[in-house]
Formats: sequence, structure tokens, C-alpha cells
Amino acid sequence: MNKWLLITGCVASFSAFAAAPQELLRQYEAQARQENAAFAGFSAARGATFFKTERTRSDGQTASCATCHTADPRNPGRTRANKVIEPLAPVANPLRFTDPAKVEKWFGRNCKDVLERACTAQEKGDFIQYLIDLK
Amino acid sequence: MKKWMQFLILFGSVSAAGTLLASGGGEGDGGRALPPVSNARWKAECSSCHMAYHPGLLPERSWRRIMAGLDRHFGENAALDAPTAADIEQFLVANSADRQPARRSQRILQSIPPGAAPLRISETPYFRAKHDEISPATFKRKSIGSPANCSACHQGAEKGDFSERLVKIPR
Ligand code: HEC
Ligand code: HEC
Ligand code: HEC
Repeated sequence: MNKWLLITGCVASFSAFAAAPQELLRQYEAQARQENAAFAGFSAARGATFFKTERTRSDGQTASCATCHTADPRNPGRTRANKVIEPLAPVANPLRFTDPAKVEKWFGRNCKDVLERACTAQEKGDFIQYLIDLK
Repeated sequence: MKKWMQFLILFGSVSAAGTLLASGGGEGDGGRALPPVSNARWKAECSSCHMAYHPGLLPERSWRRIMAGLDRHFGENAALDAPTAADIEQFLVANSADRQPARRSQRILQSIPPGAAPLRISETPYFRAKHDEISPATFKRKSIGSPANCSACHQGAEKGDFSERLVKIPR
């Protein structure tokens, strides 16, 4: 776990122990304030839009977070290699957003995959807010 | 004419018996399943997008190529931090087809030309020969997706068991 933290450069802000999603949100909030002085909180509605927005990548393919996680993240999704992905919403899968290193690893991969860049702390926080608000 | 046919039949049965002997004799590994292997990081990192492919299904040179290109892995980013990647690579190499006495591994190895280092098990001549009766349309079924989805058809795939009695092609 610790090794990932070093790599992602978030050493100071993440605890290596299982954390509640709320704890994770606080850490992204601190980071978002640093990235943007005008930071005004996370929004589940913005997170929902982010989750569903289809983007056209430079290879011409379209992708969104919903491509693999499905339009309703309370449901299981599928990888491109056709393996089942457990639901992303904590209401359906309490293990989500409790392992900061795992969360950072997949934000790293999936943001690059869909957006072809890293996600900002604002985007990550909105995304998590949307998912933990799902009931 | 008759003698010619008799000869053919005789020749056919002798070589069939030979093949039987060869395949029965050399086993000695309790059936045809690959030996169980495990490594915690491999299990965690290489089974999130697909099943964890047994290291005995590819030679060392293929695993080294795969591990060197994880950031662009079949169109996906599967990059790992350096210590985790090194640990997994060592495990894959130590159990690769080159170091695996299991018959299945040896057959896969022998089917690959010396200069080649395929990135896919499903591209090895061994795999092609064993699946030549399955049409591309079957592989594309929604329940399967591609030849890489071994466990869709092989119930024992995760355990390295590809024996015939555990094969069922889903609709
Ligand atoms: C190509 C398929 C794919 C796409 C597209 C995708 N994901 Fe994922 N995502 C996965 C897989 C696979 C996992 C790992 C699942 C597991 O191990 O349970 C995952 C896990 C995650 C996790 C880890 C959550 C946790 O606590 O376990 C986060 C965060 C995540 N994805 C965010 C995103 C975001 C944000 C997007 C859109 C920008 C996105 N994903 C698009 C495949 C995808
Ligand atoms: C982010 C998702 C992801 C992760 C993580 C991942 N892979 Fe893959 N892998 C894929 C995709 C996608 C394919 C292509 C599947 C297809 O053709 O249907 C693939 C294919 C493969 C194949 C070829 C299968 C065949 O014979 O056709 C091998 C071998 C492989 N992966 C090894 C690994 C190893 C080793 C790891 C761990 C270090 C790993 N993968 C981690 C996404 C992933
Ligand atoms: C569409 C279904 C399907 C998929 C996907 C598939 N196989 Fe197979 N496989 C079969 C069938 C059918 C046979 C032939 C069974 C027989 O008659 O022995 C077979 C045979 C084999 C054999 C030879 C068995 C023997 O004892 O002769 C091996 C080894 C094997 N498959 C490995 C794999 C691996 C590794 C993968 C994934 C990379 C894979 N298969 C994907 C259906 C599939």
C-alpha cells in the first residue's frame, strides 16, 4: 500500500489504513483547496454528470465511466475483457472507497483511459460524493 | 489394393497406439491440470480485469514483454509501481512454461517459434490448434467476448485445469 502512496505523490495526505469514504473525501477536499483557492465544495450532481459524460478519445473510440461501471453504479459492471466488476456504489458494495491506495490506482488508470489525463481532486471528490449519496 | 489398405490400417493403429502410450506415459503429474501456483500481488493485480492467467501458459520471454508494457496493455493502462511489478515478474518467470515440466506447458512452448514472444496465449499455435473448431462468431458471443476469456468455457481455468470434462461453451 505504502508504495502506491509514494508513487502518487500523496504520501502526506493519505492514511495507509482502511478509511471510511468520508475520510477519503476530506483528504480530496484538502487537495482540491490547494489546486483551486476558489474551491466551493463537492457536488453529487456534478459527479453524476461526470460519471455519465461520453468522451471521444484521440483513437476515435468513445468512453465514459459508465462504459464499464454501467449507467447505474449500484449494479455490477463489466471490464473490456468481460469480467464482472463489483458495484462502485458503497450502498451495494461497502468495500468501495475504503482503501485509498486502491482508489488512487484506479482513478489513475481509468481517468487516463477515459479522459486521457489525470482527474483533478475536484473531479474525484464530486465522483465519490455522487456514489456515496446513492441509496 | 487390399494389401495396400491392410497396410494403412495396420500403420494407423500402430501409430495411434504409439500416441496413446506417449500421452498416457509421460503424465505423472496427477492429470493434466497445471500445478497450483500463487502469489498475493499477482492474484490481486492480474485478476481485476480478467482471470489471472497461469504463468505456465506462456514462456518467460512473453511474460517479460507483457510486464514491460503494462502501461499500454491491450489498449488499457495496467501500470503498476516498480516493486509490485518486479515481484510479479519474478513469480511469472519462475513458473513460466520454460520452467514448468507439466506436459501442457511443454506443448505450448514447443509450438512457439524460437524467435517469437507472443503477448497472448490465444495467439500461440498450440492454442489455435486446440480451438480450430470454434468459430469467431462463437468467441464474440456476449457471454464470452473473446478467446482471452478462458474461464467462460473452461470451468477449471482459474485452477489451470483445461481438461475436456470441464469445458462447456455458453450460449
Ligand atoms: C475499461 C473499464 C473501466 C472504465 C471505462 C472505468 N473503470 Fe473504474 N474500474 C474498472 C475496474 C476493472 C476496476 C477495479 C474493480 C475491482 O477491483 O473491484 C475499477 C475501479 C474503480 C475505482 C476503485 C474504487 C474502489 O474503492 O475500489 C474507481 C475510483 C474508479 N474505478 C473510477 C472510475 C472513473 C472515475 C471512471 C471514469 C473516468 C472509470 N472508473 C471508468 C474499470 C473501468
Ligand atoms: C486494467 C485492466 C487490466 C489489468 C489490470 C490487467 N490486464 Fe491483462 N488484459 C487486459 C485486456 C483488456 C486484455 C485483452 C482481453 C481480450 O482480448 O479480450 C488483456 C489480456 C491479457 C493477456 C492475453 C490473453 C490472451 O491470451 O489473449 C495476458 C497474458 C494478460 N492480459 C496478462 C496480464 C497480467 C500478467 C496482468 C498483471 C500484471 C494483467 N494482465 C493485468 C486488461 C488488463
Ligand atoms: C469459446 C470457448 C473457449 C474459450 C474462450 C477458450 N477455450 Fe480452450 N477449449 C475450448 C474447447 C471447446 C476445447 C476443446 C475441448 C476438447 O475437446 O478437448 C478447448 C481446448 C483447450 C485446451 C486443450 C485441452 C486438451 O486437453 O486437449 C487448452 C489447453 C485450452 N483450451 C486452453 C484455453 C485457454 C488458455 C484459453 C484462454 C486464453 C481458452 N482455452 C479459451 C473452448 C474454449
